[in-house]
Amino acid sequence: MKALRNYLDKIKPNFEEGGKLHAFHSLFDGLETFAFVPRTTSRVGSVNIHDAIDSKRIMSFVVIALMPALLFGMYNVGYQNALAAGKLGEATFWGMFWYGFLAVLPKIIVSYVVGLGIEFVVAQWKKEEIQEGFLVSGILIPMIVPVTTPLWMLAIAVAFSVILAKEIFGGTGMNIFNPALITRAVLFFSYPSVMTGDSTVWVNQQSILGLGFQAPEAYTAATPLGEAATEGFQGFDAATVQDAIFGFIPGSIGETSVIAIALGGLLLLCTGVASWKTMLSVFVGGGLMGWLMQELDLTQIEWWQQFILGGFAFGAVFMATDPVTSARTECGKYVYGLLIGIVAVMVRVLNPGYPEGMMLAILLMNLFAPLIDYCVVERNISMRAKRATKK
Amino acid sequence: MGKLFSKENCEVFSNPLNLNNPIAVQVLGICSALAVTSQLEPAIVMGLSVTVITAFSNVIISLIRKSIPNRIRIIVQLVVVAALVTIVSQVLKAFAYDVSVQLSVYVGLIITNCILMGRLEAFAMQNGPWESFLDGIGNGLGYAAILVIVGFVRELLGFGTLLGFQIVPDFCYENGYMNNGMMTMPAMSLIIVGCVIWAHRSINKEEK
Repeated sequence: MKALRNYLDKIKPNFEEGGKLHAFHSLFDGLETFAFVPRTTSRVGSVNIHDAIDSKRIMSFVVIALMPALLFGMYNVGYQNALAAGKLGEATFWGMFWYGFLAVLPKIIVSYVVGLGIEFVVAQWKKEEIQEGFLVSGILIPMIVPVTTPLWMLAIAVAFSVILAKEIFGGTGMNIFNPALITRAVLFFSYPSVMTGDSTVWVNQQSILGLGFQAPEAYTAATPLGEAATEGFQGFDAATVQDAIFGFIPGSIGETSVIAIALGGLLLLCTGVASWKTMLSVFVGGGLMGWLMQELDLTQIEWWQQFILGGFAFGAVFMATDPVTSARTECGKYVYGLLIGIVAVMVRVLNPGYPEGMMLAILLMNLFAPLIDYCVVERNISMRAKRATKK
Repeated sequence: MGKLFSKENCEVFSNPLNLNNPIAVQVLGICSALAVTSQLEPAIVMGLSVTVITAFSNVIISLIRKSIPNRIRIIVQLVVVAALVTIVSQVLKAFAYDVSVQLSVYVGLIITNCILMGRLEAFAMQNGPWESFLDGIGNGLGYAAILVIVGFVRELLGFGTLLGFQIVPDFCYENGYMNNGMMTMPAMSLIIVGCVIWAHRSINKEEK
């Protein structure tokens, strides 16, 4: 670290005003402040300090918390491939992991190159400091898409969401919607055939660089949620439930394993990065609605099974708790989380077109978060006004 | 002849095409711009219909502007517009039936188009027939221009065709290219109109 610091100090003058590499100063600032705590402090007179650690440190925690789910996701990609080929017996642990790694890596690279590229250009153009928000979005995006998503589609969706859902609102911290979810929504509505459907979408069936297996033509396996949306569904058996908890089911790359997500969630809660109020109330809302739907005999899915299927757990832990787009008042967080859970299960059960509703639920509540905050603040004001006039 | 194409008259005609564009600057007539632009052909037909109706209703109102009692002028304007809309709608049904089916109610709804009422109230009631005619043509074409841009982008990316002819070559599809389904949704045309307005305002920044 010391050597890096010295090296950065040595090349720094090149990037300052008048230096020969001034055109790349935002790139340099971005990398420097990512590696080290900035030396500058807030200007005297500024009272808007929220916390002692700056947003780049928070982002690093979220990226670390995402690692278990990402690594497991890579392994699961290989596992599903071996399962599809019917050669689970021959596959080794590392073989499956490296296969998944090779399948997922291009998506991570495309997501970061496109997203950060746009961020750097905008930062340079507006003469601002590079914004760090995309560090998390860039890793979230590959985790919430199916493994077979073509890279050019991913690139278009990332560009769309960074420009239209983030930069035009003023960049990191000003966006109304979660950029990662907007990316998924763009893919979902633009190219529905590669985002939903059977195993051709969810399971990578080609071998990559000699790793993995070529699956036979006729292999089909729907996601458990897709299965639940079909006619004559009679509830999951114990084996499927167990697979869904461990994560050995077809699905978007990072969202299959509840255990890996729980590990990440635990880290987020311990470090205080994510709000436990939001997280808890998403599960409470989803559970309540799941129970109600079950009681009304609208679905065969047990209420607690809603949590382990699809993107519910991932959305609750990593998406709903996004500090920028969620409700900010403490009371509002309960309302916000509850409504996400309720809407997500409602979409799942009542809308036959969309087997999964988590993305739509979170985006919808992103839109309502400022309104929820407004109501909470107003209620507080009127309560205090009443208390003051009573005496 | 010199007076007909004087500098003021030229401006009356060219202003709505660019600097005072009814969609990009005044943000009027958005609803029909969103509804009919999923393909290029209905967008062109819609743009021409609005141009014709705006121009002739402007001329008619301008001719009788001095005899219209002020209190009932909106009703008079509406009667004129409604008559023209009916004529255009019948002509479309007779000569371009397929397009008129695609446009469905939106031809009839030209009567509620804010651009028309705006031009009648703001221009035709104060100016002579020739100026009003130019103003109507200019505004109609300004509206049509945006519709054509939006329709062009949406049909090219959403269907891979232009005016029904396939533009995106087959080998693109064979290599994994896909039409963008979101382009065919009305929500996307709102975003495209937004981008057009964005581009328009960045280009004309100094002139404001």
